[in-house]
Amino acid sequence: MSESHSPEDIKKHVRTYLMVFGSLAVLTIVTVAVGYMELSIWPALIVALAIATLKSGLVAAHFMHLITEQKMILHLLILTFVFLGIMFILFISAYNDQEGLLAVANLI
Amino acid sequence: MDIPYTVKSRPDTGVYNAKLGIWLFLASEIMLFGGLFSAYIFLRMGAPTWPGMIDGHMYTRASEILSVPLATVNTMVLIASSVTIVMAWASLALNDFKKYKMYMGITILCAFGFLVIKYFEYAAKFDHGYLPEDSTFLAIYFVMTGLHMLHVVGGIIVNGYLWGPGAKMWKTNPEQFKHRIEVAGLYWHFVDIVWIFLFPTIYLL
Repeated sequence: MSESHSPEDIKKHVRTYLMVFGSLAVLTIVTVAVGYMELSIWPALIVALAIATLKSGLVAAHFMHLITEQKMILHLLILTFVFLGIMFILFISAYNDQEGLLAVANLI
Repeated sequence: MDIPYTVKSRPDTGVYNAKLGIWLFLASEIMLFGGLFSAYIFLRMGAPTWPGMIDGHMYTRASEILSVPLATVNTMVLIASSVTIVMAWASLALNDFKKYKMYMGITILCAFGFLVIKYFEYAAKFDHGYLPEDSTFLAIYFVMTGLHMLHVVGGIIVNGYLWGPGAKMWKTNPEQFKHRIEVAGLYWHFVDIVWIFLFPTIYLL
């Protein structure tokens, strides 16, 4: 980490960790409560993924120290998510063009 | 020859080598689980009903097959262990080795707790004769939660070593030991994040 590690700083961090823990616990309960509401698939999907993204963001930012991390690590992560996006796009295109896939498969 | 940059940051990357190493590893893990999540999405999009027909029963919600309360408890257990491992690191930063041992010990206990709950979940499926081969839903459920469970086992091995024999390094090279705990923590938080996505995707949607 790039920030200083004086005892005062660490104690401040500890308070933040406990607050993040509280937020994660509350968000988990909200996720389950929304699950029991038996919404139709799209609203349920959007709410569930939004909460999961928020929770992961809290873990990554505070527990994994990304808010104070070196640019090198952030760039590495951005690159990873670009590749993850490309992978999703490739799968979606393949799913939407199954006849094309079959044609390719027949050629091989 | 000593391994370079185990304690000091490398000038060009700005981080010690192990930290860059673990992030590169986590990048590969993101792609691994990303591939499985996309497999889940496409299996589900291609299925007429989800979870669908299993052993003559028609299910329309995953919560009819899986135990949401057990999975909720497991989510809380993993979140708690994420806090305790970061507290273990903070304790070392405050030069409090005893507290480090306590927090790391709790982290390992939480990981075992997660596995015990998972055992009950899997046992309930096996008792019903629900195996991966019986449906697409069960196949992707066992593959994704099983791979995640293997990651938890891996975390127990690494954290167990750092709690037990590996903790000797605190006396010889405290800075490097602190870095090791941070690196182990980064991996453990990643395992937590994967579960944060698995829980709603598989159990609730």
